[in-house]
Amino acid sequence: MVDFAGWWMPVQYSSIVDEHLATRQAVGMFDVSHMGRLAIEGPAAHGWLESLLTRRVADIAVGQARYTLVTSDEGPNGVTILDDALITREADAADGTPRFAMVVNASNRDRVVAWLRSKLPAAGLLLTDRTADTAMIAVQGPLAVATVCVLCGDDDAGRISGLGNYRATRAFVAGQPAAVSRTGYTGEDGVEVVVPAAAAADVWQAIHDAGASRGLKPCGLGARDTLRLEAGMPLYGHELVASSDPFAIGLGLAMNLDAAAGGPRQFPGRDALARMKAAQPARVRVGLAFESKRAAREGSPVVVAGRDVGSVTSGSLAPSLGHAVAMALLDREVAAVGTSADVLVRDVPQAAKVVPLPFYKRPSPRG
Amino acid sequence: MAEMKFAKSHEWVRPEAGGLATVGISKYAVEALTDLVFMQLPPVGRKVKAGESLGEIESVKAVSDIYAPVSGEIVEVNAALPNQLDTLGSDPYGAGWIVRIKPDDPAEMSGLLDQTAYDALVKS
Repeated sequence: MVDFAGWWMPVQYSSIVDEHLATRQAVGMFDVSHMGRLAIEGPAAHGWLESLLTRRVADIAVGQARYTLVTSDEGPNGVTILDDALITREADAADGTPRFAMVVNASNRDRVVAWLRSKLPAAGLLLTDRTADTAMIAVQGPLAVATVCVLCGDDDAGRISGLGNYRATRAFVAGQPAAVSRTGYTGEDGVEVVVPAAAAADVWQAIHDAGASRGLKPCGLGARDTLRLEAGMPLYGHELVASSDPFAIGLGLAMNLDAAAGGPRQFPGRDALARMKAAQPARVRVGLAFESKRAAREGSPVVVAGRDVGSVTSGSLAPSLGHAVAMALLDREVAAVGTSADVLVRDVPQAAKVVPLPFYKRPSPRG
Repeated sequence: MAEMKFAKSHEWVRPEAGGLATVGISKYAVEALTDLVFMQLPPVGRKVKAGESLGEIESVKAVSDIYAPVSGEIVEVNAALPNQLDTLGSDPYGAGWIVRIKPDDPAEMSGLLDQTAYDALVKS
């Protein structure tokens, strides 16, 4: 168990490798209740979010989720990345009031909430931190949806299995009211389920029991990290930091600089981000594959032809591949796929090659 | 067979015939590390002081040092071990031995934990 942003969490329940492979081959379940969950509701919600997030919110449909960055216009670059987040438009309230749910990183929750509160309009918006009174369970892997659907009525099960990626719905899971989204952080198919905190242990146990015959394993932070690393997903504090150029780390997809109808959007740091997009970044995010199992760790220097060209941001054995991989920020000139590099692991050079991200892609991604 | 002793840092050491001492890591340590991926052995002939790192063992989680439980010279290493790390789990006190040390002072071992004291340490 480790202290993770103030949450006491298991690195592993059994073995990182076993948990990782269970998620790739069957189903893994993760207690991700540490992630910050915010509710944003009110007639002003659309316009307010549209004015704050790097992703367009104006045209988001009910039941749709988008990956976005939360930025301020502070800092030497004219933009500071406060966090990456998932914004979901939930079904409107009975009286027609729009409602959104936002999931942020545990480590950034306090400052994101403080930032959002500092931007609240005088009226028409309610921002509530729901982290403590809800729990979030990620169920991931090829058998994840089937496992959760066992615990739902026919209508809910049909709706959940029919959800597209980055789509969300309300359902009763194990008899408990839940927000279910076809999202995750593993590179596998799966869902994330938010339930009332009081029901968390019962829902966890029900999913655990429903998955037992399918090879389900509960998974800790260790497997969560190796899974997202293989899937080439950045992690705030590692690949993505406050001063990052999102375009240099492959997060252009989280940037809607312009409105759908054309013309610039207005959100904090937008113009600085537009300058970053137009410029060539000095360093870009790459994948490195090693021959050995020995992992480079964050901060390991990368050397090409005797020259220091960058450093590792995350590294581990890739359990699905059987060798070590790493993500690194490297000088653009040496970032081409196929480039040979030495990574200094505890001062010992380990041979690596630049490879395309992600390292792992699931065999038959659904549409 | 002479009595096996343990360091608080989870290495074991066992005096052998001929004045040598065999060193490994405890079953508890292997189980706590899990998912071993890499081991770095010291060169034969290196002198180590008790408490000094003589090698590294890496799991998916983290890298850990292996500390010398006694001072002396490394006279033999289990060269096959890094390529079959499973042996550490299946036979940590036998085929999973790591190095043999020629102790400077065999009496140094009396300061280490016996099996009972070590078991109590890892249970607490």
